[in-house]
Amino acid sequence: MFKILGDTGEHLVVELDGDEVTVPAGVSVAAALLYLDRIPTRHSVVNGLPRAPYCMMGVCFECLIEVDGVVDQRACQLQVRAGQRLRRQLATSKVESA
Amino acid sequence: MQSAYQMVVIGAGPAGMAAAQTAARQGVEVAVIDEQPHPGGQIYRNVNASPLADIDLLGKDYVFGRQLVQGFEYAHLDYFANSGVWFLDRAGELGIVQDGVHRRVSAQRIVIACGAQERAMPFPGWDKAGVMTAGAAQILMKSAAMVPSEAPVLAGNGPLLLLLAWQYLRAGVRLRAIVDTAQSANRWPALRYFPQAIAASDYLFKGLKLVSAIRRARVPWFREASDLRALGEERLSALHFTCRGKPQHIDTTLLLLHQGVIPALQIAAAAGCETRWNSLQQCWQPQVDDWGQSSVDSVFVAGDAAGIGGARAAWLGGQLAGLQLAHQLGLIDAVKRDKLAQPIRKARARHLAIRPFLDTWYRVAESSLVPGDETLACRCEEVSVGEIRTLAAMGCTGPNQAKAFTRCGMGPCQGRFCGSTVEQVFASETAASPQQIGRFNTRPPLKPVTLGQIAGIAHNEQR
Ligand code: FES
Repeated sequence: MFKILGDTGEHLVVELDGDEVTVPAGVSVAAALLYLDRIPTRHSVVNGLPRAPYCMMGVCFECLIEVDGVVDQRACQLQVRAGQRLRRQLATSKVESA
Repeated sequence: MQSAYQMVVIGAGPAGMAAAQTAARQGVEVAVIDEQPHPGGQIYRNVNASPLADIDLLGKDYVFGRQLVQGFEYAHLDYFANSGVWFLDRAGELGIVQDGVHRRVSAQRIVIACGAQERAMPFPGWDKAGVMTAGAAQILMKSAAMVPSEAPVLAGNGPLLLLLAWQYLRAGVRLRAIVDTAQSANRWPALRYFPQAIAASDYLFKGLKLVSAIRRARVPWFREASDLRALGEERLSALHFTCRGKPQHIDTTLLLLHQGVIPALQIAAAAGCETRWNSLQQCWQPQVDDWGQSSVDSVFVAGDAAGIGGARAAWLGGQLAGLQLAHQLGLIDAVKRDKLAQPIRKARARHLAIRPFLDTWYRVAESSLVPGDETLACRCEEVSVGEIRTLAAMGCTGPNQAKAFTRCGMGPCQGRFCGSTVEQVFASETAASPQQIGRFNTRPPLKPVTLGQIAGIAHNEQR
């Protein structure tokens, strides 16, 4: 749903939901997910509603994601790093891991 | 990081950078703590580290930030990027998490300069994946050179929405539509403030420039829109609304919302600063004197965190706080302080002259602040406006009691987005002003922090 203007910059490889994906370097995890068009990025804990980054400035906590095994990290406040293991907190993946 | 400073500034936007630099120039020992990787705040985000090939794309006002950030980078002070404050008290103790490591710092004086946040714009479906704020869209442009790959819909009210539209058009992004919720009924009351706004006519000309560029691009512009409703299952697929009595439907996967910004109050409230309701700006703000000193003597609040005035006024307001702090810390006398402050005050008054006009022209409609029952007020705990309305009708005493009954405001965002809606619903149900209703209490941790990080304090302090 988002693209990079004049995309000539560097890219790096991260793991998203178990697959290797290429994302632009130097951007936040939330920006990378929007670039990949992988929304929703989570289902809400209360009623399982689909959600995605909303404010991009650390205020709304809608962008929560699992990073390197730690859940509920704000994706908009973390930069992408090569080899990072990202997992969207989706209802289906919860069932799989149970 | 030292364990004690004369002055700690929270936030490296225009107000924070100015307060820090001004005080440091007079010899104050200053630390600046900021959540972002680069100084500039959200307004000048990445201005000196831009991923964009040409930052002129974003307009002159953004480029202006370059010189401010440069000055800050040369100043004699300690700057900590990627750092959030999760705790602070009146005695000047701060708990900071930097790159996952917790530290404790004490300060004789604290300047809170954490800027503004988007005002919530609640309507049915505003929580859908694919609905974002206009501010978020700007952050993506500034920090990642990212723009929508398909034509988005922009909805709401206020200068930032027009600025975003203008920036997108310059970047070659097509716009599906602007769904404008501004009320033409506000125009007459706004004209009352027009004579004083002429002092800041550059803002008026800029506004006209944006509007005419959007018109020239023939973007469909739906005025006096109301009854917005976002549709879609796993993600946004369409926006429904009413325009001049006619129902409208636009298919879209990206909806960008804006209805003004409000002071980010969390840290000031946690520090115990008195707040008051600003009925013109329809938001809470901390009570400060004309140097930015709050009701807590050791705490100053500067820039938009103290009341919305825009980046240039924030930069000047930060300088005033810096001068008064240098004076209170014994580095300059009152005569020098006042002499330095005089031209700053004059310039700041000019930038603020436009505000009453803008605040009235873009006043948010009651129906946008107090939406229908089915709308989610609290996105985190999924509490509807109807639940809050029922509580108010049953005699619930206010937001803090509603919190106990519904968990509204107790989710991870800690009431940052639902607070204003909850207060407004109470105010309208009980025919009281938000000042009488009161606001959510704010308690630390102000940012997520793990027990492990807190347990690591002693370890870090020994190093
Ligand atoms: S998108 Fe709002 S906190 Fe990350």
